Amino acid sequence: MTATADLLPPGFGEPDAEDLRQADFPPVMPIAVTTLILVVAGGIVVATQYGRPPKLTVPVILLGLAAVLLLVNAVLVVRIEEFARRVFHRVLGWALLAYVVIAGILEYVFIYDHTPGRELTLFSAMLVLFALDVPLMLSYSVARWQPPDAT
Amino acid sequence: MTDTAIDSAIDAATGPGPGTTLDEGQPHDGTGVGEPGATPPPGAGGHGPPPVPNFNIVPVRALPVVAIVLIGLIVAIASNNLWALTFFHVAGGGLWTSLDLFLGLVLGPIMGSLSIPARIEFTSKFMPKMLLIMPTLVAMTLGAGFQLARHVGNLEASYPHHNWVVASYVIVGAMAVIALGLLEPANLAVLFELKKPRPNGARIQRLMKVFIYTAGITGLLQILTILIMTFLASR
Repeated sequence: MTATADLLPPGFGEPDAEDLRQADFPPVMPIAVTTLILVVAGGIVVATQYGRPPKLTVPVILLGLAAVLLLVNAVLVVRIEEFARRVFHRVLGWALLAYVVIAGILEYVFIYDHTPGRELTLFSAMLVLFALDVPLMLSYSVARWQPPDAT
Repeated sequence: MTDTAIDSAIDAATGPGPGTTLDEGQPHDGTGVGEPGATPPPGAGGHGPPPVPNFNIVPVRALPVVAIVLIGLIVAIASNNLWALTFFHVAGGGLWTSLDLFLGLVLGPIMGSLSIPARIEFTSKFMPKMLLIMPTLVAMTLGAGFQLARHVGNLEASYPHHNWVVASYVIVGAMAVIALGLLEPANLAVLFELKKPRPNGARIQRLMKVFIYTAGITGLLQILTILIMTFLASR
């Protein structure tokens, strides 16, 4: 690192405009990661009860919390003023496509395995949140470092 | 993973020091390293940082391979073929673990010993491939693994070693959160940063640090998973 830095022309080392703008951004990534943790935790709680009548209260609460956080996050992103929206939407579109396919494969597995109705509904709702939350994380983590006018 | 390995791997993707841009004052034109018109690298007789070679963020030519693997996975699940499910689960898990450990412990130090233009060129060619390889391996391992466990009865709450299975759920859940919430976003952000006319070296360094650390942590968690899986398979 030192050797590399020694080779650099003078004048390097200043934060750029994207660095300076980070402080204005809401905590989208922590909220998105928390949403993902809640969804994964809900899935684990349901999966541990496989083969016996499940108690769904805890997973439903986790799912509800995750849905609220996702909604809050979406609102926070929409309200950011100086933001590379075109980049955000471009990455969001492709990531949504990819994660809808992944969620679709998982949904197919649950249906194929004759997952009972209540569990299937819960898993499906979790997959929807998963397929929305991960693309949000990916697109935000790209767009936050791009200039607002980037395409 | 050692600190040296991490630092080397971080250096590998970044080269320039804190807060630097790789192409100060001269937007990169998409030309490759060493091509006519490219900015000469530091230490090579010129005065500017090295150019970033042109690359595709998503390697489109590899998409059919991913599609074939995913179709194979769906066929394995639909047919409930024990051999196919075991193949996808073991092959995917082995490759996933090996790649993470190889990246953190072997490739990182090697990358650190390369020249700066070589590091940047390597990163711009390596990271797009990782963008397709890792999610595909994860889908293979987890999709086939869940179905395999269901097929042989390991998922049942009445299974004698159910607690071990639950432990593996928790570890896999943690790996999923780390991979999807930290590793993949860092991977994608590095690629978009490298696509900028003036990539920020310090930012790439920070993002690569996240990538290398999370890959190493995921690799260690996978060793725990393998311990559990081999225990269950030997019962």
